[in-house]
Amino acid sequence: MIDVKHLTKSFGDHLVLNDISEHIYPGEKVVVIGPSGSGKSTFLRCLNLLESPTSGTITFNGMEITDPKSDIDLIRRQMGMVFQHFNLFPNMTIRKNITLAPVRTGLMKQNEADEVAMTLLRRVGLEEKADAYPAQLSGGQKQRIAIVRALAMQPKVMLFDEPTSALDPEMVGEVLDVMKELANEGMTMVVVTHEMGFAREVASRVLFMADGNILEQNSPKEFFANPQHERTKLFLSKVL
Amino acid sequence: MDLAQLYETFKGLENPSIWQEFYVKFYNAWFFEDRWMSYFRGLVTTIEVTVIALMIGVILGVLVATIRTAHDQQRPGSKNILLGIVNLICKIYVTIIRGTPMMVQLMIMGFVIFASSREATLVGALALGINSGAYVAEIIRGGLMSLDPGQMEAGRSLGLGYLDTMRFIVIPQAFKAILPALGNEFIVLLKDTSLISVIAGKEIVYFARAIITKTYEPMFPYLITAVMYLIMVLIFTWLQTKLERRLRQSDRR
Repeated sequence: MIDVKHLTKSFGDHLVLNDISEHIYPGEKVVVIGPSGSGKSTFLRCLNLLESPTSGTITFNGMEITDPKSDIDLIRRQMGMVFQHFNLFPNMTIRKNITLAPVRTGLMKQNEADEVAMTLLRRVGLEEKADAYPAQLSGGQKQRIAIVRALAMQPKVMLFDEPTSALDPEMVGEVLDVMKELANEGMTMVVVTHEMGFAREVASRVLFMADGNILEQNSPKEFFANPQHERTKLFLSKVL
Repeated sequence: MDLAQLYETFKGLENPSIWQEFYVKFYNAWFFEDRWMSYFRGLVTTIEVTVIALMIGVILGVLVATIRTAHDQQRPGSKNILLGIVNLICKIYVTIIRGTPMMVQLMIMGFVIFASSREATLVGALALGINSGAYVAEIIRGGLMSLDPGQMEAGRSLGLGYLDTMRFIVIPQAFKAILPALGNEFIVLLKDTSLISVIAGKEIVYFARAIITKTYEPMFPYLITAVMYLIMVLIFTWLQTKLERRLRQSDRR
């Protein structure tokens, strides 16, 4: 579904991603873990071109994202993204936050989008917040809305960039629950996270990144029980 | 006893008190031969010049800010040469305008570029507008750049185009953020209209000075001018506060 070939990214002299090749298959839940500064967020952000790779190609369902001639907006419509800091639009109500993109991109009419928004909000238990503004919500609520906003575009894949890292501990659960539900429905997901429990429970594959490389990958069971690489062992000994 | 009689009485006094003297001076500066009307003629010009300059300034400012921001936010690797040239012109414009005094710009416009023009007021408005545009451009650019880049990213990640993201997400928030600075720039512009009297623009100061040449008394004409500006600024500040309060709606908790 997403094919990454020889992806390299550097900021000035600093090499963040070092020749990464990876394939993400439909229905997979890939969890990317690793120490901070390892390049995992940059890797994720390259997948929908929020960061432009220095070299290498990324192909999504046969469309080459990295080709300057490709219509990046069209591709991004099929890739939902959830950010660490939610990035809800503070100048709009929750309803408008969710319906803006589907309506403006011509995916739905306003009344259809409103219905979709309400259905999704009901699923995450926030239908009474439709007319509130983001500033009136807690962090966990904001992140659930952000997930709903991405889902409203009916994406084929969802990218999560440390979705629980900015949350108070007691709110992490509610967001992970929504993500687990999404995983159970068969959504293809790429998740950068520090939640090892989530990786163990939901991932179909765990990637471990350090210093711009994917050092090792495995099924979560094998990965946590039997890490191969020294760096991985060191990392897991610190976080588990 | 009406005001005119009082004026005649005080004027005839041999040893007037300081208050009686002030009254005579004020009467000369305001009521005598209906002089108050010329202040208001000046006021009308001041408002006209401000409105014209404001429109020029906002149009230029938005244009320059848009070009400069679009240039800075290009995807690395896909630089547009035409945009680069236009961006350079914008940079030169802002540098020259911000690097030279308003008064000098006004005199160059009035006495060099449009030396043969009789429309001093219009030339003044044009000079003020061009000046204001550079500052407005920097204010708008600052507002656009100060916004969390995550807002642009969130809009783009949903598949919205650059222009749609700007229009619905970035600009409304940036506008709210720059409103105080924009209001300040408007006040500066309003007060700077007083400078066009140096190229014979017929605004309030121009008429105040005309009155002084008749009465040889500068105090009241200048005080009156100051009060008129102050009242205009107060009214505007009040309107601005109301607008800001309305735009803060989405911040309520």
